[in-house]
Amino acid sequence: MSNAAPLSLRAGVLSLLIFVIFALAWHLGTRGGPSGPAMDPEYAKLMGATATQGKSAMPGPLEVGAKLVEHLRHPFYDRGPNDKGLGVQLAFSMLRVAAGYGLAVLVAIPLGFLIGMSPLMNKALDPFIQVMKPVSPLAWMPLALYTIKDSGLSAIFVIFICSLWPMLVNTAFGVSGVRKEWLNVARTLEVGPWRRAFTVILPAAAPTIFTGMRISIGIAWLVIVAAEMLVGGTGIGYFVWNEWNNLSITNVIIAILLIGLVGMLLDQLLARAARAVTFPE
Amino acid sequence: MSNRFIAIEGIARRFPSRGGEPVTIFENLSLSIARGEFVCIIGHSGCGKSTVLNVLAGLDQPDAGFVFIDEKQITGPGLDRAVIFQSHALLPWKTALGNVAYAVSSRWPSLPRAEVLERAQRAIDLVGLHGAEMKRPAELSGGMRQRVGIARALSIEPKILLMDEPFSALDALTRGALQDEVRRICRDTGQTLFMITHDVDEAMYLADKIVLMTNGPGAMIAEIVENPLPQDRKRDEIHRHPDYYPLRNHLIDFLVTRSVTFKNEIPVGYDRSKPPVVRPVAKQPALA
Repeated sequence: MSNAAPLSLRAGVLSLLIFVIFALAWHLGTRGGPSGPAMDPEYAKLMGATATQGKSAMPGPLEVGAKLVEHLRHPFYDRGPNDKGLGVQLAFSMLRVAAGYGLAVLVAIPLGFLIGMSPLMNKALDPFIQVMKPVSPLAWMPLALYTIKDSGLSAIFVIFICSLWPMLVNTAFGVSGVRKEWLNVARTLEVGPWRRAFTVILPAAAPTIFTGMRISIGIAWLVIVAAEMLVGGTGIGYFVWNEWNNLSITNVIIAILLIGLVGMLLDQLLARAARAVTFPE
Repeated sequence: MSNRFIAIEGIARRFPSRGGEPVTIFENLSLSIARGEFVCIIGHSGCGKSTVLNVLAGLDQPDAGFVFIDEKQITGPGLDRAVIFQSHALLPWKTALGNVAYAVSSRWPSLPRAEVLERAQRAIDLVGLHGAEMKRPAELSGGMRQRVGIARALSIEPKILLMDEPFSALDALTRGALQDEVRRICRDTGQTLFMITHDVDEAMYLADKIVLMTNGPGAMIAEIVENPLPQDRKRDEIHRHPDYYPLRNHLIDFLVTRSVTFKNEIPVGYDRSKPPVVRPVAKQPALA
């Protein structure tokens, strides 16, 4: 007998099984228990099912599922500042990430090139990078709010500053690590500095640069949620905090799920891009 | 002046060492090579033969002395010289054709793309890689990669080909085939070629002249051996030639003992700027 089922199929079945067990445990854990002591019906109505029927405040999988379907049916509605569709909130977050991350790419890659090419710049800038890199991006928030005086732009700045370091460090590392023999090929062919940068150094360093970009997008997506909780107004981070204030744990759970899915999507996007520029040696 | 197509005049190269006193790899080293000559340089590892080649390529600057090529002093790398690296040094993200085309478009920047590709394809065909031009280096065997390296070097029509142990990483069969190929191309095109090797048989089969370098540091060119074997030599016949063993013994003898002892017993009249030329031949006239 051969073990015919391919690995991915068996893994898929196992994943499904784990999910079913998890959902079942969740359902049983949040199911209503025995009723509490008898009380005046008026009072019981006032207290709600949580107090009177032993129902947990934590929503069950069915409630979350139903709510999710509702959200997915109308993802883009906008009924004022505190009631926007999940699609609208995610779009706000993604736009902020795109702006901050895009700016960081524009700064980090040329600067990383410079640092990687010049041992002098590398040594001179190293202390600054080493000190700035471990700072939590949210620590920049007050400074950004004070100088920029705009909460939306401050959030973008925070994304910029947190995306900057991995890309900068990786670009510099990739550029400085280009094999000497490839540079010698360019030298013997009298290739000029610009052509060498674009035809030898950039393709050689591209896999390392993309690794940095992938780390950065992950961090940016982590940070945007926290940043939006602070600046408020719009975005998926604000949505989470708002729903916590509304005591809607259901919406919070849905938001967590969607944040995870979008984060995975962004990561996969860059992983695919990185694979496209990776060369076998 | 044609026998001084390449003229190395009194070059020295020193590298800083931990102790502070710089180590002299070689000094006052001179050598001339005629146009169309195939010259191999042999010596032990670390004697500085690669440094000589790098100076010729312009990738390394001598601390003293000059190098002239076709009566012009060289100051850096240039398209008049093509280097075939030991490790092939192909750009792994480009196809075989792309690697060659990169060299062609560097040599003739204003050439239309179609013509660049046509020239590159011709070079690929010349080294027997027709059909493999769209493969990337990772998909090619070691011998095929080195062929691409040779095609890249030939495609820019250099005055001089510089080869740094080009076949040392290959298996014996592939090495033999590539040696035949290089010899054929050089004889057809009259290419001047300077090659580093430490394979005595390779030097004997390929070279017109074999430069013997003593051990470093402070390496010297002990002598220049003229190859007495006939120009149209065949790989499977040269070992029957009467001069084969005298030449081979001379070279082996140098590598085994004289490369070490030469420094201590420098012959009378030895002049660094004009190393002696020898021609090891059979003592008795060859059998009819």
